[in-house]
Amino acid sequence: MIEFSTAAMLLKVIGVLVVLLQVVPIMVWVERRGSALMQNRLGPNRVGPLGLIQSLADALKFIFKEDPIPGHVNKFYYVIAPLVALVPAFMTFAVIPFASSIEINGTVVNFQLAELNVGLLYILSIGSLGVYGIIMAGWASNSKYALFGSLRSTSQMISYELSMGLSIIGIVMAFSTLELGPIVVGQTGSLVESAARIWPGLAQVPFLEHIPRWGVFIQPLGFLIFLTAVFAETNRLPFDLPEGESEIVAGFHLEYGAMKFALFFMAEYTNMFVAAALVTTLFFGGWHAPGLPHLLDLAGLQGMAREWVRILLEIATFMLKTGFFLWFFVWVRWTVPRFRYDQLMNFGWKVMLPLSLVNIFITGVLIFYGVI
Amino acid sequence: MLVDRKAPVTSRLYVVEILKGLLITMKNMLFSRNVTIQYPEERRNYSDRLRGLHYIKAVNGVENCTACMLCPTVCPAECIHIEAGERPDKEKFPIKFEIDILRCCFCGMCEEACPKDAIKLSTIYEMSQSKRVVYDKEMLLVQRGNR
Repeated sequence: MIEFSTAAMLLKVIGVLVVLLQVVPIMVWVERRGSALMQNRLGPNRVGPLGLIQSLADALKFIFKEDPIPGHVNKFYYVIAPLVALVPAFMTFAVIPFASSIEINGTVVNFQLAELNVGLLYILSIGSLGVYGIIMAGWASNSKYALFGSLRSTSQMISYELSMGLSIIGIVMAFSTLELGPIVVGQTGSLVESAARIWPGLAQVPFLEHIPRWGVFIQPLGFLIFLTAVFAETNRLPFDLPEGESEIVAGFHLEYGAMKFALFFMAEYTNMFVAAALVTTLFFGGWHAPGLPHLLDLAGLQGMAREWVRILLEIATFMLKTGFFLWFFVWVRWTVPRFRYDQLMNFGWKVMLPLSLVNIFITGVLIFYGVI
Repeated sequence: MLVDRKAPVTSRLYVVEILKGLLITMKNMLFSRNVTIQYPEERRNYSDRLRGLHYIKAVNGVENCTACMLCPTVCPAECIHIEAGERPDKEKFPIKFEIDILRCCFCGMCEEACPKDAIKLSTIYEMSQSKRVVYDKEMLLVQRGNR
């Protein structure tokens, strides 16, 4: 007989892992079909209904392909590099809350795998570990293009992680916590709650009090910077310099084939999912849906049934928001061309970094005068 | 002369321009017709004048060709080989009529040159083969016509 909390934890871990693993094939399908439709093509539509099983067929192909190790590589690092890229991608999701808590027989179950009090720092540090996989892959491949790809990835990471971290500082200042759970709870209030104390007239403006206190409303500049930096962090277009096909063939995964390549692929898409979930959590209220309590009141649910429905709706809300940002990643990828290397550096150091510092300053002033 | 032209502020800020781009891709995705032709099921409509696979026209089971050698003469790719023969009901006819289809450039000059309306080009364009083929008389006598 295992304890209730252990069982709940196990269930949560299994649930999250299953969802994370499912996101990859679905996103690959979405990416291929979405890009095709944007370019007035059809995309894969033969395998299964709407081509949904295409990803499964691809995975089968990856598994059954010959998996050669080129003779000129450093075998040890070559083999573990895909794993080093993949594992941090899975680890990051642990601190992201995907629903609020529920009380079952006196035990409070939080819908978050690990309630770390340094959640944000954890995400930043583990998230930047992912680049080690890329560097190892490029270096161990013993090939010009692969090394160039991984070097580009390194310099890109240095120039973007700075502004990414600084853009989150604004959120940390506004909610005075590093824990992701309280950050989401802090976003459930009304936007003008504190500002109305200075300008009482604001409370009289209709609908304004119904706008939630989401991060995107109190940190619009921080949101833009974070979103941009996240694209660089996940190596997606317009910042996919590590694998610029036109210049360095395939970049860091040039020498990889079969399932090892698929692992890099999975890492990219899992990173995308985590990044989308992070944007949702920090700037779009996570599982918070405005008007959800009213909806439950209207439905006339009571007791445990109401709680479970609430949790389900919150998970659905979270997945919906995350789904939108996943789609946004795909959407931007097929819209914006790749930045040139010097443009990227200019943008990172001369635009993003000063802007994120300005953002911190503005946030500080606003907090000092009690507006947010 | 190299002039450093500054882009307008809106495009240097990227945000507005990227939003415009996003709108364009979304418009393409939602409202544009897909141009893909799903080949084995759907086919492109070609003109009736398409110059495809050759055939020799036959009337009452007898080929129109009189082995006048105009088509091998005019053929720029030199892919038609005819051996003429005699027979009682028709003084001259081709014993051998071969087209090396890999050399053929489908210019249609043989069809134009033919005085007897014998060699014709059909609209069949699917001619993939696993080995080099020389179409012989039996093959060319199948009346393909215009599809």
